[in-house]
Amino acid sequence: MIGLANIGKRFGDNLVLKGVTVAIAEGSVTALVGPSGGGKSTLLRCINLLEIPTSGTVRIGDETLEFRPGVRVPTADIRRLRLQTGMVFQNFQLFPHRTAIENVMEGLVTVLGWSSQKAHERALALLEKVGMAHKADAWPATLSGGQQQRVAIARALAPSPKVLLCDEPTSALDPELAQEVVDVLGQLASEGTTMVMATHDLRLASKIAQEAVFLDAGVIVEQGPSATLFGNPERERTKRFIATLKQEAADKEAGA
Amino acid sequence: MPHWLQLMLDSLPSLLWAALIFTVPLTLLSFVLGLTVGLGAALGRLFGPKPVVALVRFYVWIFRGTPLLVQLFLIFYGLPSVGILLDAFTAALIGFTLNIGAYTSEIIRAAIGSVPKGQWEAAYSIGMTWSQAMRRTILPQAGRVAVPPLSNTFISLVKDTSLAAAITVPEMFQAAQRIVATTYEPLILYVEAAILYLAMSSVLSALQTRLEGRLNRYGGFLEARS
Ligand SMILES: Nc1ncnc2c1ncn2[C@@H]1O[C@H](COP(=O)(O)OP(=O)(O)OP(=O)(O)O)[C@@H](O)[C@H]1O
Ligand SMILES: [Mg+2]
Repeated sequence: MIGLANIGKRFGDNLVLKGVTVAIAEGSVTALVGPSGGGKSTLLRCINLLEIPTSGTVRIGDETLEFRPGVRVPTADIRRLRLQTGMVFQNFQLFPHRTAIENVMEGLVTVLGWSSQKAHERALALLEKVGMAHKADAWPATLSGGQQQRVAIARALAPSPKVLLCDEPTSALDPELAQEVVDVLGQLASEGTTMVMATHDLRLASKIAQEAVFLDAGVIVEQGPSATLFGNPERERTKRFIATLKQEAADKEAGA
Repeated sequence: MPHWLQLMLDSLPSLLWAALIFTVPLTLLSFVLGLTVGLGAALGRLFGPKPVVALVRFYVWIFRGTPLLVQLFLIFYGLPSVGILLDAFTAALIGFTLNIGAYTSEIIRAAIGSVPKGQWEAAYSIGMTWSQAMRRTILPQAGRVAVPPLSNTFISLVKDTSLAAAITVPEMFQAAQRIVATTYEPLILYVEAAILYLAMSSVLSALQTRLEGRLNRYGGFLEARS
C-alpha cells in the first residue's frame, strides 16, 4: 500500500503541488488525469523521489519518509524508498549503449548485485512477458517506439518493485504502437501489478485503471472509481475536462 | 643510390630510436595522465563545490590561453629560479600533461553534458547511486561523444612533442637537428622528420576511424535518439 500525505512541491516561487493526499491500494491501478501543467508528472516523480517533495509524507510498504522545508533527507533513505518503485518514462529512456536484455539486467546486476546468469534468466522471462524475448539482443536504436517502451516496462519491473509508475507511457507512440503497450500494461494490471499512471489517453485509463485522480493546478479536484470519474463526474471542472478529452479522442478518430 | 636517400637511410635508425624511447613514451604517458587530469577537472567543474569550479576554470583559462612552448619554457627554465629543478623529460611530461588536461577537460565536460537528463533519471529510477549512474550510464555515452575530439587531441599531441626539443629532450626532432649540425643537410633531414611524423599521425588517424566505427556498432544511437 502506498500513501501520499499532504505532498507539497515548490519550484522556486511556483507552488506546483498544494497538499496532495492519495492512498493507493495494493494491486490497484490508479490513473492521474488533468490538464497540462496540473502536476501529474511532478506527483509521480515525488513517489519515486526523482523530485524531492517540499513537504509531506511518502509511504511505500513499510518505508516511510517525511519531508519538511529546509530539512535534507539522507540520500540512502531516498534510495531505499526508490528501490520499491519502478518507472516508465514517456520517451522510454532505454540505455542506448546496452542491448534490450542488458537494459533489463542492469538494475539486477549493478544495483542488487545479482550474478549475471541469474539476472539473465529473470530478464529473459520479463522480456517474454512483454513479448520482446525475440529482440533480447537488439540495440534500442533498432527497435520501434512500442518495442522500446515494452523493454522499458520489463526494465522497470526487473527488481520487483511494489509499484510501477508510468508517466504518459503511450503519448510518444502512434496509435497502433500505443495499443501494444496498452495491452502489456493491461495484462500486468490483471496480474495484480500496482500501478500509478499519468495519462491523457482516456482509452488507456478506462481500460486499465480502477481508480482515477483528477489533478488540476496542484490540487486534487476529484478522485474515485475511474468509471464514475470518467462516466459521471461530480465536479464541474472534471466534467469539462473529461468532455475535452473525449472530444479530442473523437477528433483524432475522425482524423485517422 | 642518390646522396639524399643514402643520408635518409643512414639517419633513420637514430630518428626511429629517438622516437621509440622519447616521442612515443612522452606522447602515451602525457596523454594518459592528461586524460586523467581532464576527467577529474571536468567532474570538478560540473559537480564540485564553488571553489573547485573556480580553480578548474582558472586552470583551463591559463593552459588554453598561453602557448604550449611558453608553458614548457616556464616549467623547465623558469621553475629552477624558485628552487624547482626538473630534468627535461619530466618537465616536458608535466607540461604536456597539464596542457592536455586543460583541453580534454573541456571535451569531457561537453560530452557529459550532452547525455540527456532522462538518462540520469532512468539510472536513478532503477536504484543506481550517483557514481553507479556515472560509471554505467553516463560516461559510456559521453565517451562515445568524446572519442572523435579526443582522438584529434591525441594526434596533435604526437606532433606537438617536437616542441620538447626546445627544452633539450632528445626526441625525434632533436635527433634530426643534431644530425643536421654535423651534416649541414637541413632540407633532407627535416623532410625525413616530417615524413616520420606524417606516418605516425596517419596510422593514428586510421586507428581513429576504426575505433569510431566500433563505437557506432550499437546502431548509431546518437543519431537515432534525437
Ligand atoms: N524541474 C522543474 N523546474 C521548474 N518547474 C517545473 C519543473 N518541473 C515541472 N515544473 C512546473 O510544474 C508544473 C507542473 O508540471 P508537471 O510536469 O508536473 O505537469 P503535468 O501535469 O505532468 O503536465 P503535462 O500533462 O503537460 O505532462 C508546471 O507549471 C511546470 O512548469
Ligand atoms: Mg507530465
